[in-house]
Amino acid sequence: MLKSRLILTAAVLCCFIVACDELIPPAPEENELLDGPVEGLSNEENLQFLLGDIAFNDEVFTPETGLGPFFVAASCGSCHIGDGKGHPFTTLTRFGQAAPGMNPFSNNGGPQLQNRAIPGHVPEELPAGVVFSRITPPANTGLGFLEALTDAQLLSNADPNDLDGDGISGVPNYVTAPDYFVPQPHHQELNGQYIGRFGKKAAAVNLLHQTVNAYKQDMGITSEFDSEEPSIYNKPNQAPDNVEDPEVASSTVRNLVFYLRTLKAPIQRNETDEDIIRGKQLFTQAQCSSCHTPQWTTPVSDVAALSNKTFFPYTDLLLHDMGSGLDDGYTEGSALTSEWRTPPLWGLGLSENSQGGQIFLMHDGRATSIRQAIAMHGGEAENSRNQFTNLSAEDQEKLIAFLRSL
Amino acid sequence: MKKFLTLVMGLWFCTSTFAQTDKGKVDTTALNMDAVYNRPFLSFDKLPVALGGYLEANSSYFGSDGLSEGLSFQIPRLTIFISSTIAERIKFLTEIELEEGGAEIAIEFAAFDIEFHPMLNFRGGVIMNPIGAFNQNHDGPKWEFINRPIASTTIIPSTWSNVGFGIYGKTAKNSWAFAYEAYLTNGFDGSIIGSAENRTWLPQSKANKERFEESSNGVAWLTLKTAIKNFKYGEIGFSWMGGVYNKFEEDGLQLDERRRLDIFAIDFNGKLPFSRTKLIGEYTWANIDVPATFSQQFGNRQRGGFIDIVHPILNQRILDWDNSTLNLALRLEYVDYNKGSFRETGGNIFDHTYSIVPAVSFRPSPQTVLRLNYRMDWTRDILGNPSVKTVGLQFGFSTYF
Repeated sequence: MLKSRLILTAAVLCCFIVACDELIPPAPEENELLDGPVEGLSNEENLQFLLGDIAFNDEVFTPETGLGPFFVAASCGSCHIGDGKGHPFTTLTRFGQAAPGMNPFSNNGGPQLQNRAIPGHVPEELPAGVVFSRITPPANTGLGFLEALTDAQLLSNADPNDLDGDGISGVPNYVTAPDYFVPQPHHQELNGQYIGRFGKKAAAVNLLHQTVNAYKQDMGITSEFDSEEPSIYNKPNQAPDNVEDPEVASSTVRNLVFYLRTLKAPIQRNETDEDIIRGKQLFTQAQCSSCHTPQWTTPVSDVAALSNKTFFPYTDLLLHDMGSGLDDGYTEGSALTSEWRTPPLWGLGLSENSQGGQIFLMHDGRATSIRQAIAMHGGEAENSRNQFTNLSAEDQEKLIAFLRSL
Repeated sequence: MKKFLTLVMGLWFCTSTFAQTDKGKVDTTALNMDAVYNRPFLSFDKLPVALGGYLEANSSYFGSDGLSEGLSFQIPRLTIFISSTIAERIKFLTEIELEEGGAEIAIEFAAFDIEFHPMLNFRGGVIMNPIGAFNQNHDGPKWEFINRPIASTTIIPSTWSNVGFGIYGKTAKNSWAFAYEAYLTNGFDGSIIGSAENRTWLPQSKANKERFEESSNGVAWLTLKTAIKNFKYGEIGFSWMGGVYNKFEEDGLQLDERRRLDIFAIDFNGKLPFSRTKLIGEYTWANIDVPATFSQQFGNRQRGGFIDIVHPILNQRILDWDNSTLNLALRLEYVDYNKGSFRETGGNIFDHTYSIVPAVSFRPSPQTVLRLNYRMDWTRDILGNPSVKTVGLQFGFSTYF
C-alpha cells in the first residue's frame, strides 16, 4: 500500500516536472510591452541587440567603475524602466541657456545639473537666478525608425513662416554636432550645423550623440567619444574620479546605440474598436495631427529591419511654440525658450506601466493625466486644445481612448 | 583549488579508515546558538579531530513573462567541518565552504572556544555574527527548501562571518533555557551603497576579502543576541548588529560623516501546540544611513523575513529506511529593499519581492533530505510597476556526510 502511494506520488511529480513549460507565467501580449527588438534582425544583429540590452538595463555603475562623482542616476535603466518614460525621481535639470545659441554655462556646470553625488562629495547646485527646465526621461521605443528618417523628410513638414496659414509653423532645431558625429548622406548641413531630432528640445543629432551625452551628463561616465567628466558649477578645480578613462568601452556604447536603434515601435491596441476609430478621426479634425504626424516611412537603412518600414510615431520631430505656460525660459540649440519638439505619442497608453502606475506627461512630468496634458497645450497648439475643449464629453473620452490605445 | 580538494580528499580517505564513531544524532535540546557544534561529526581514535560536512546540489527550471532560461543544474555549496577538543572545555571548529562548484572558497567559521563557566565562554577567530537565526544555523540538510531565505541572505548577508572576539553563555532550568552572545568584530564597508545591484546591498561587503585582515574604518562592530527557549514549544531570539560602515577618515583627514548601519532581527523556531508541525521564522529590520545627496535608488530602510511551516505526513520505515520522514512544507517570504517614499512625488518606493514556496521533502535519514520546491516570486521594481511573476520548479538534495 505504502509502496503504491510512493510510486503514485513519484509519478505525479514526474508529470509535474515534464510539464515545466506549462509552469512559466505566460508572456504579456506583444502590444502590451515597450521593450523587445524590431522584427527581422539577423542572428548577428540579435546578438548585438542583447549586448546592448545588457549595457542599457543591467550595467549599473558604481564609484569603483566610474559613477559620478556627480551624477543623476547609476544606470540607463534607472531612468527608462522597461524602456518606458521616466519618473519625477529621475527627472533631469538643464540650465543656463536663455536664448538660441551657445549655453554660457557649458564650461561651468551646464547644461545639466548633477544633483546627486557619491558619498563624500557635495552635489552640484543651480546657480542663483539661472534659467532652467526639468526634463522627464522619455521612452526609448522605436528610436531607430526616427533616426532613419532623412532630413529632407523632416524639412518637408517644416513651415517656419506658416505659409499655409494654419497657425502651425514647425521648425527644425539646428545644433552644433559633436566632433565624433559622422554625417550620413541623409543629413543636411546648414552653416555648419545639423538638424537635431532627439531630446525634448531636439538637441541631439543622432542616437550616438544622445547616448554619449547621457553617459556623461546623467551618470558621469566618460567614453572615447567624450573623455571629460561633466563640469560642475563653481568647482573649476574639482578633481575627477579615480577611475581610468574611458570608463565605458566604445564597443559598449555602440552596442547600446544599436539596442536603441532596434527597439521595436510600440504596437497600437484595439485599433478596430469603434470608439478608438472615432477618437482618431477627432484627433485629426482637431488638427492634433498637424504636429503629431501619424505616419512615416523609412528610407533604405543599413539595418534591413529598419528599411522601407511604415511606422506610426505621431510626431514631426520639429519644434513648435507651445505658449507661455510651457516656457521655462531655458532652451537648447536654435530653439526658442517656448519651443519644444513634438513628442512621439506612440506608447502613451503604456506609460503608466513604466511610471509606477501613474503618468507624468509633458517635458517635466507636470501633467498627471492625458486630459491635463492637452489642457497645457498653448501657442501653436492652442487651437487644437480649444477644439478638444469644445468637444462633447463623450467625444473627448473617445479621443483620449484613442491616445491610450497608442 | 585543486590542491585544496586533494588535501581534503586525502584527509578524508585517511581518516575514514579509522572512523570509529558517527555522532549522527542532533541535540534537540540545543539552542540556535549551538548550531555550529550541533552537527553530525565523525571522530577517530588516532586523530584529535572530528570531521563533517555537507553537500547540496539541485536542478532548477525558472521562467517569467513567457521566457525561461531552461533547465540548469547547480552545486551551490560543499562544506567541510573540522572540529577538535583541544582540552577539557577548550575546543576549535572550522567550517570551510566551497560555493558554486569551487568558484568561491570561504572560511565561514574558524574559532577557538574556551569555557570558564557555562554562562561565560570566550570565542575568538572567524565567527558567524549571531544576527537572526539563519546566519548561524544555515546548513542545507536542516532545511526543507532549496533556496536560502531571501531576507536572510540579502539583508542579513548570510553567511556573514567576520574576525573578532566575544563571549557567550547558556543556562537551563526545568524546561527553560536562556542564552546570550556578545561579539566585537570587523564590520561592513561603504560598498553596501555602491553596488551594481542598484540598491543598498549588504552582501556587497562580502566581496571585500580584506575584512578578514582589517576593519574598513577602524570602528568595531557590535553584535548582541539573547534567546530564550521552552523545550516543549520552541525558541525565540532577539538580536542586533550595528556600527559605522563607511570610511569616514584616513590618515587623520575627514572624508565623510560617520554613517551607521543597524540590523535588528527576531527569530523563532518551535512546534505548534498539540501538533507535529514545525514553525521556523525570522524577520529583519535594517536601517542604513545613506547620504541624502546619494540616489534614493539606494534605500535607507530594508525589511524582510520568512516563515517556514513544515508538517511530517509520514514518519516510519519507508523503502527499507528506518525512521524516514516525508514532509509537506510551505515557505512564505517577503523582502523590501527600500522602505520609504519619493521626495519628488511623495509616492511609495517599492523594490520588493513576495514569495510562496510549497515543498515536499523526503528524509530517508535525519541527515539527508531530498527536496522538491515549487517557487513563485512576485517582484516589483522601485517605482511599483506591475509585478514580474517568476515561477519555477527545483529538485535537489542536501546531505551531511
